[in-house]
Amino acid sequence: MGPEGMRFVDEYRDREKAQALAANIATLVEPGRRYGLMEICGGHTHTIYKHGIEDYLPEEVQLVHGPGCPVCVIPMGRVDDAIWIAEQEGVIMTSFGDLLRVPGARGSFLDAKARGADIQMVYSPLDSLRIARSNPDRRVVFMAIGFETTTPSTAMTVLRAAAEGLENFSVFCNHVTIIPALEAILASPDLHIDGFIGPGHVSTVIGCEPYRFIAEKHGRPFVVAGFEPLDILQAIQMLLLQLRDGRSEVENQYTRVVPWEGNQRALQAIDEVMEPRPTFEWRGLGWIPDSAMRIREKYARFDAERVFDVPATRVADPPACQCGEVLRGTIKPWECKVFGTACTPETPIGTCMVSSEGACAAYYNFGRFTRLRVRQAGSA
Amino acid sequence: MCLGIPGEVLTLDVERPGMATVNVGGARRQVNVMLIEEDGVQPGDWVLIHVGFALAKIDEEEAQLTLSYLEEMGQAYRDELQALAESRID
Repeated sequence: MGPEGMRFVDEYRDREKAQALAANIATLVEPGRRYGLMEICGGHTHTIYKHGIEDYLPEEVQLVHGPGCPVCVIPMGRVDDAIWIAEQEGVIMTSFGDLLRVPGARGSFLDAKARGADIQMVYSPLDSLRIARSNPDRRVVFMAIGFETTTPSTAMTVLRAAAEGLENFSVFCNHVTIIPALEAILASPDLHIDGFIGPGHVSTVIGCEPYRFIAEKHGRPFVVAGFEPLDILQAIQMLLLQLRDGRSEVENQYTRVVPWEGNQRALQAIDEVMEPRPTFEWRGLGWIPDSAMRIREKYARFDAERVFDVPATRVADPPACQCGEVLRGTIKPWECKVFGTACTPETPIGTCMVSSEGACAAYYNFGRFTRLRVRQAGSA
Repeated sequence: MCLGIPGEVLTLDVERPGMATVNVGGARRQVNVMLIEEDGVQPGDWVLIHVGFALAKIDEEEAQLTLSYLEEMGQAYRDELQALAESRID
């Protein structure tokens, strides 16, 4: 990185600017009122812990960590189904590396690989396509997972497979959509959220318009934010300004990257290949209507759920695991009974501890900076 | 998988429309640019890459910010770069 680039980075890390923002944030807060602000994206959770953002905020402002980590919300049954597919005759299962350690009821992909299943890590669905081309006698399946940042890539890959007439490639589609999950969270009775810090990269695809119902129907301000510490502090300031003025609007703090209208080409590709499922299970959140995508009938031969007789396994989450409460923001990661004891990044029980963007892993790795710890240290 | 990685477009592939050679962290990688073609992608442009597809054009300053953010992710970013290094998109 050149000196110019560094200077720009420094601007977004500048402690004085952060303190100035923090001072302004403090003036926007009514003493005694509690402000629950949810950051949806796991990338934001990571920045908040890494840079100790909570230390800059008044007591009244509580950050609640949302469900925006796709690895964290995949239910055990879908992992078991994927392993079942991987164990069928002649199958090569391909998956992003993030998913390899995610436990199902019958272990993880890594466990299945140790039992003899052919499971290969890929960077892109296009890698799966290449594997399919060079293994015409095998059936290659891509384990598709992710929010709208990865969904267009899967859709484009299916279109490419169709154009090439590939017959040994299919997708086990687990793509989820953020908007219905937010609706489910807003309907949750035990939750107190006053505003949302909106996801950066998902919004690159879907734009800002889909969030309007949160502002208009639910009366909650919504600010799409970047990933730098100052981005997040600025988004919090914008949320608190709206709350002080009694407004609820969608605003875009991350105009450097996110166009208001999103990426239309990506949305068209998704719509061509996929349609919403009537319902889909989210780990910890339960069944949410229209919250995931499946392959359209037109592309049925690329849909692993039609190509294989998938058992549609349903598994309850492990009883000790409180990922659901963490994902809904009703408890903090360290309040979970197994946090840091039975459940660690090395031996995760719940998915929030598996992904580096999961709230539990982020807190486990950087937790020493949080406000609670600071208070505890101060009173010790 | 969730990490958007910045890269600088080196050349557009004439023989394979929609593909470009991109400099990502010092390595030359093939990236699909079909989703941003309407923005007029050119050599020298910076793009944000998700799982082999460029999803947005960004400016160089934003690219540097994103790179510094990614470097702080530590292992997760190293894993992603490693996966990208082993990727053979064509």
